[in-house]
Amino acid sequence: MNLLSKIVIPLFVLFIIFYGVKKRVNVYDSFLEGAKEGLIMVFHITPTVLAMVFAVNIFLDSHFIDGMLGFLKPLFDFANVPIDILPMALLRPISGTASLAIMNDIFTHFGPDSYIGRLASTLQGCTDTTIYVLALYFGSIKVTKTRYSLPVGLFADLMGIIAAFVITFIFFG
Amino acid sequence: MVNVIWAGLIFIAIIYSFLTGEIDTINNGILTHATSGINLIMEMMPLIVLWTGIMKIAEKSGLLHVFARMLNPILRRLFPSLPKNHKALGYIASNIGANMLGLGSAATPFGLKAMEELQKDNPKKDTATEAMITFLVLNTGGVTLIPTTVIALRIMHGSVNPTEIIITSILATSVSSISGLLLDYFIRRRKRY
Repeated sequence: MNLLSKIVIPLFVLFIIFYGVKKRVNVYDSFLEGAKEGLIMVFHITPTVLAMVFAVNIFLDSHFIDGMLGFLKPLFDFANVPIDILPMALLRPISGTASLAIMNDIFTHFGPDSYIGRLASTLQGCTDTTIYVLALYFGSIKVTKTRYSLPVGLFADLMGIIAAFVITFIFFG
Repeated sequence: MVNVIWAGLIFIAIIYSFLTGEIDTINNGILTHATSGINLIMEMMPLIVLWTGIMKIAEKSGLLHVFARMLNPILRRLFPSLPKNHKALGYIASNIGANMLGLGSAATPFGLKAMEELQKDNPKKDTATEAMITFLVLNTGGVTLIPTTVIALRIMHGSVNPTEIIITSILATSVSSISGLLLDYFIRRRKRY
């Protein structure tokens, strides 16, 4: 598994350049042309990334989610699920780094092979950071009318999170 | 929509921290988190520039087209509005491939490039097209076959079986992606008839 993930990228790069040379493409000039487009792309996404990181980080700083959890604790105790998992589930669509940090905490406190550790692992893998991806991709091409994309993305997240709870329970519960 | 969420996050953060007396924290946060944003950009920039450069070679040699053709049976059903040889399809195929292998940082440049190509024949530049939305739903679902980061962290914390969560992750991500794509499909169909 480890070797596979290490070998994939070098092989991919080798293959692309090999194929380019074989098809008599000027690989160096093409690289420069693409890299220049990449720089312009970075320039276009900078405001979006800065805006999202700023908002998400001050939101995390305020510990609003922790404050709201008090109400839900009895429900979680009843279902026999450690409440520590909830902030992670809530934050997963907003911030990948934040949910990763919480998963790390859970691993430290409960261990990766505990029930909640496995649940956290599945949660982290089940979906991507919807709001960030949406802001980034639409921001890069200056689309402001996103139509039904956010509700559909969040619906997919919700289904993924529910599935993570159910599937972990079936496999490891 | 992103508009509302962005404003909501900031309102809640500032007002809640006033209520709880965490004024110092929020004050510091406002002053320092612009730097966190720039740091993230700085981390992403070399990868984006490198991969857009390398993928340009793949585009010019026709390799991107080969990728797109391999995934054609799936892509044609997901993106009925795109012509068969659309340039975006190659980038979409590469993006899905990179995501599946858990190479998230390599997937982002492909995704950005796909959006750029889709935007080229968008008649209303400020409005998302159906193809863009389907692509985003596919992407936010995060179709990951090998969650590399999670496995690495599990190893770091001394898990006895770090890869045991692969199967549960694949099942959960499939549920997420399929339900997103289904909802997207039904919305599209309802609009047409």
